[in-house]
Amino acid sequence: MSRKTLVIYLVCEPETPKLARAAVESGADAIELGFPFSDPLADGPVIQRASERALARGMRTAQCLACLAETRGLVGDAPILPMTYAALLEAYGWERFASDADEAGATSMIVSDVPAGQRPELRRVHLVAPTSTDERIRLAAASTDGWLYLVTLTGTTGARAELSSALDGLVARTRPLADGVPLYAGFGISTPEHAAAAGSLADGIVVGSRAVQVAEDGPAALGAYVSSLRDALDAAA
Amino acid sequence: MSAVEETYGPYGGRYVPETLIPALDELTAAWEAAKADPAFAAELDDLGRTYVGRPSPITLAARFAPGKRLYLKREDLNHTGAHKINNALGQVVLARRLGKRRIIAETGAGQHGVATATACARFGLECVVYMGSVDMRRQAPNVERMRLLGATVEPVEFGTQTLKEATSAAIRDWITNVETTHYVIGSCVGPAPYPELVRELQAVIGREAREQLLAAEGRLPEAVVACVGGGSNAIGMFAGFLDDEVVRLVGVEAAGAASLGTGRAGVLHGSRSSILADEDGQIADAHSISAGLDYPGVGPEHAWLRDTGRATYLPCTDQEALDAFARLTRTEGIIPALESSHALAVVDRLDAQYVAVCLSGRGDKDLSEALAALPGEQP
Repeated sequence: MSRKTLVIYLVCEPETPKLARAAVESGADAIELGFPFSDPLADGPVIQRASERALARGMRTAQCLACLAETRGLVGDAPILPMTYAALLEAYGWERFASDADEAGATSMIVSDVPAGQRPELRRVHLVAPTSTDERIRLAAASTDGWLYLVTLTGTTGARAELSSALDGLVARTRPLADGVPLYAGFGISTPEHAAAAGSLADGIVVGSRAVQVAEDGPAALGAYVSSLRDALDAAA
Repeated sequence: MSAVEETYGPYGGRYVPETLIPALDELTAAWEAAKADPAFAAELDDLGRTYVGRPSPITLAARFAPGKRLYLKREDLNHTGAHKINNALGQVVLARRLGKRRIIAETGAGQHGVATATACARFGLECVVYMGSVDMRRQAPNVERMRLLGATVEPVEFGTQTLKEATSAAIRDWITNVETTHYVIGSCVGPAPYPELVRELQAVIGREAREQLLAAEGRLPEAVVACVGGGSNAIGMFAGFLDDEVVRLVGVEAAGAASLGTGRAGVLHGSRSSILADEDGQIADAHSISAGLDYPGVGPEHAWLRDTGRATYLPCTDQEALDAFARLTRTEGIIPALESSHALAVVDRLDAQYVAVCLSGRGDKDLSEALAALPGEQP
């Protein structure tokens, strides 16, 4: 069985490049960098609060791009994806953002509130959800940039007690429509058990809110947490 | 069709997570079907006449504006005391056609929350209303009303704890419960099809007003005025006169929440419009004594009406609104909502003799706020 991809989400703050390096050294394959927005509709309380804090510390778009460039220097060629909201791109300029992110070392990007079909010229990873119709899954798969982000549940980001039961059906429905595009599952995945279960269904997983919480205790704590997810994924593969 | 482009010039669109797109498609389809169905129009018309008290009258305000012909379109006389009931009933009827049994809403001043709770009580639907905790304090009577009507009022503690956060919280609930729930958005904001849906449900205001004003004066007014927060009473009032190029359309914003007057193009709550934001797109705080206008965004159609020059938008300070509040109360025996008081406040400024103002709501909910702010009026 091939190695399952582990994506770790962190919100851009001054400490983030070193946290990202610890995550990659501990087995993360890719990093999502949250560019904070004041009104993050797709996010639950943990990322809302982390975004509020980052903004209060001055992490605006320019600072986040600098954080991205610094991270690029510390994680080798691991993919890095800014994850943000339309409001930031609208203010910065859609094309300018894409080009400056590219220049800073981004691999692609994720824009939570720009669904497939809108702004088709913007190269990015699309999300599909349990509510997505087959037609929308086909559209997202055909226009996504590298992989497809499967939202495991109808809801916002944040740790849950159990892995969503909707993931199984979503993978089964998406696989034949996605034409070989890798499927990574995210939202509500926080424990090694979740990681193993989600990894047995999808080609990779994304861990956000819990990683953001653990990262508050520094690179060593984040590294240990990421290792536990890596081990669980590898054992299940 | 999912790839909805901006609907109003460069404004509008659907900037929401994928999870909601199928529900917006479903809502669009249900709305198109309802518009084509005479039974839907008949049901709304019947509810308007027998439940809301439509048509609402127009009142000549001769003592408030001596020397002018100022008419008030009396949406304050509607059941629940504001224009919000027009939209809430329409959307709840639509939700029933969609088979949704759970209704959520956001509210600022509480008028939309009360209207939605009322419609849900009437049709036996579950109702959850999100309201910023600051607004819950300053609009306490409406919180009590919603609870009496059987709704659950969820306090929102994030950020400024006003309408912006209440709207975000309602959208997050919708993302979570979209399969069972219809979101009755309270203004002509949000992702498509909401701005059009709310405009059409509020257009009854302008249709009636145009007919009533023609009957009263034999001609159209020189100017039509309405307050603008999200802009639903204004868009409903304007809708009746958009094609009458001789009629000036004037929207009035709270000076501290002037999304159109001082805002910039940006994205908030699912659509591209003119919003209060900084140069990075981060949403700025709005400030208004009126909870219903205390919002950093505005409906995308208003941004387009501003850009095309069809409508103009003026600012009004808290103090000017309070003065108009007190003056209408003493000269006409009508206690207006603080929101509507903003529209009244600019009448003197307009170079027009024959004016119609949408009196979007009554002021009972604002008594404590107004009494505290008006000198010499302390109880």
